[in-house]
Amino acid sequence: MQRRQFVQTLGAGSALGATGLMSGCASMGGGASIGKVVVVGGGYGGATAAKYLRMFSEGTVDVTLVEPNAAFVSCPISNLVVGGFKNMADITTPYDNLQARHGVKLVKDMVTAIDPVKKVVKLAGGGELPYDRVIVSPGIDFMWETLPGMASAAAKDQVLHAWKAGAQTVALRKQLEAMPDGGVYAISIPQAPYRCPPGPYERACLVAAYFKKAKPKSKVIIFDANDDVQSKKGLFMKAWADHYKGIIEYRPKHKVVDVDAATNTLKFEFNDDFKAGVVNVLPDMRAGDIAVKTGLATANKRWCEIDWQTHESVAVKNVHILGDALQIAPLMPKSGHMANQHAKVCAAAVVSLLQGKAPPALPLYANTCYSFVTEEDVVHVASVHRYDAEKKTMLVVPGAGGVSSAASELEGRYAHAWARNIWADSLA
Amino acid sequence: MKLTSRILLGCALALGATLAQAQVAQIKVWAAACANCHGTNGQAQPGMESLAGKDKAEMLQKMLDFKTGRKPATLMHQLSKGYSDEQLAELAAYFAAQPKKQ
Repeated sequence: MQRRQFVQTLGAGSALGATGLMSGCASMGGGASIGKVVVVGGGYGGATAAKYLRMFSEGTVDVTLVEPNAAFVSCPISNLVVGGFKNMADITTPYDNLQARHGVKLVKDMVTAIDPVKKVVKLAGGGELPYDRVIVSPGIDFMWETLPGMASAAAKDQVLHAWKAGAQTVALRKQLEAMPDGGVYAISIPQAPYRCPPGPYERACLVAAYFKKAKPKSKVIIFDANDDVQSKKGLFMKAWADHYKGIIEYRPKHKVVDVDAATNTLKFEFNDDFKAGVVNVLPDMRAGDIAVKTGLATANKRWCEIDWQTHESVAVKNVHILGDALQIAPLMPKSGHMANQHAKVCAAAVVSLLQGKAPPALPLYANTCYSFVTEEDVVHVASVHRYDAEKKTMLVVPGAGGVSSAASELEGRYAHAWARNIWADSLA
Repeated sequence: MKLTSRILLGCALALGATLAQAQVAQIKVWAAACANCHGTNGQAQPGMESLAGKDKAEMLQKMLDFKTGRKPATLMHQLSKGYSDEQLAELAAYFAAQPKKQ
């Protein structure tokens, strides 16, 4: 049969018509796909991976994204919600477009286990999803065992981290609003590595900006377990001196070893206890639970080691890992921007492997990270990371990258444009 | 030949063409690294410059000017130094060939 005949046959009053033909092909395309990929977790890494798997494979890879949350809530920009300058709707994006525009199957559920022998993921709601390859983008979970006083649910409701954007972001904002003028907000930073190196310093700025306007007698104290500011040091120190003199106080080498939630008291390794009006504790972090449970957290049982060309786990075959859960390469931040970059390299590699072809040989990441030092003024750090075939890791390209010369409103506009673009790039 | 088998054959032909696709090109993945800020396939959201469908030579000149410091920038002078001139030329060609945002 000639193609023309085939088209004519269908065109000439067939019962199916054009719509029937299209859907017939679409369902068959799904059945004859080159492979099934399950993506675990719909944050910056997972959502981007799902979309780019479909794009890079031109629809030939069958992709299912498993995510328990109804919508994506962004950690970047969430400090503006904590400061009272943005609301939750501003940082929330639905998942619908991944399905409608890209043909990703969305499953609103939680993955409880991955069986790499049977090649299935198990869902909290019951049932299993088979895979040829699985991409795990679990983000971080907290090492509560290092803070005995935080074990109970009541303690966790009282002393917040707000380091996963969502309900805690709103709750922390409410605590700040309820705090009387003249109170102290204390934020504690764990030893590096942790999610979003400049994030705590940005949060201190935006809480101080709120106090300056609404509660001018109040103070912000930063207790840092590290020896020094971990990111954009000069720019943050300048902002604290220029905008928040007498409001923000920075205390390095203060490692929190326990918390008395009932009295909002921080306990330190070497220093005196400190009681504050609002305490905001960022506990030590590790790869998300599912990664640890699956045996992917090979570095110190904390972070996941991978092959940087494919993002495949060094421990478990056909399992790829993205984002904050990774054992970082030198000078690579744990950030949403990096997770989005990981996802594209990983998606290209997974599609290539399913095609039986070699993955693209030279992963290259462009990293940009903006921080608000006031409601409007922003600073950045940028870097370019390139795969080093000899060292088998991602290294920063010498001579590239750097930080802002000074905070500016122009970069404030770019920071908001960055957010609009990365949300669309990951989810639309 | 029954209608259903004709449809299956038609689908198989279409699918055959799809499966014959080339592997994911390196340049596609490099270009995707720009998309965080400049939009998927260079089609940006408001507030950032779209790269899709721009003139190839102008785009390359701009990147080279950022790289050498002839053109001031907030951060593109820092990022452009991470790429060889050849890589920048490939990226310019790739984005020039993308359709502009509707």
